[in-house]
Amino acid sequence: MKSSVIVFPGSNCDRDIAVALEKMQFKNQMVWHKETKLPKSDLIVIPGGFSYGDYLRSGAIAGKSLIIDEVIKAANSGCLILGICNGFQILTETGLLKGTLLRNKSLKFINKDVHIKVMNINTKFTNKYKSDQIIKMNIAHNEGNFFTDQKHLAELKEEKLIAFKYCETNGNIIEDSNPNGSLENIAGIFNNKKNILGMMPHPERMVDEMISNKDGINLFSSLLN
Amino acid sequence: MKFAVTVTLKKDVLDPQGKVVQNTLANMGMDKLKSIRQGKHFEIDIDEKNASSAEKKVNEMCKKLLVNLIIEDYKINKIE
Repeated sequence: MKSSVIVFPGSNCDRDIAVALEKMQFKNQMVWHKETKLPKSDLIVIPGGFSYGDYLRSGAIAGKSLIIDEVIKAANSGCLILGICNGFQILTETGLLKGTLLRNKSLKFINKDVHIKVMNINTKFTNKYKSDQIIKMNIAHNEGNFFTDQKHLAELKEEKLIAFKYCETNGNIIEDSNPNGSLENIAGIFNNKKNILGMMPHPERMVDEMISNKDGINLFSSLLN
Repeated sequence: MKFAVTVTLKKDVLDPQGKVVQNTLANMGMDKLKSIRQGKHFEIDIDEKNASSAEKKVNEMCKKLLVNLIIEDYKINKIE
């Protein structure tokens, strides 16, 4: 499977995701944001970081960069797109995913491992997880507070477009397990066609027992499945 | 032609920064304070003689980049 990682000035998880993808046997290429052509890819990853220093709004400037037109074209023709952290923020700014990410309710940058529940396993991104599986992943963000309008929220629920929710160790989804104030503890969502996933937690940081755990592995192996 | 654009979070969107500023001012003894919403301010100079077409361009800038319409409102004022 061929993957491309888009790199912006200020991206800082681009090499981590490249290491994770290569470990999982993806044939990966890095693509600078000024490129106007994308290499043939089955998966495009928009990595975490602080593209353009979060100027204006997180992801706003990157969302208008040259390569993004190609990403939108690829997305519309069914290519798989994964946006992690700042990548999720960028995807909402491009309109590929609805909703937005507000500043954390606590006004603090949060960097910690949290538990999330896999809410839908019938997708290209999650099919190797078990239904309702609880996994532990790192979050590291200042704007992760997912917000959207009531109509979209209803659509997310009806169409099973919520990918992950923040939960307790035992899986309970309660306010106390919500690190950033996200609407209904939402940590990641799909678009209607489920070929785009945006998520705040970092699966690329969870692929090696030596440094964390392997809870992110199944996301990548799902894509290969 | 110069315009000022003010961007604020919509009324029903939580504005934690505004809230913190509000609470701090209240703690400082500003007892008549009712509420504070924090926002952004842009000053835009545009090379255009016709006011309505200039404002149209500023409006387009707001919609396409400066404002996230899901969570923010904006006001355009001609200043020069």
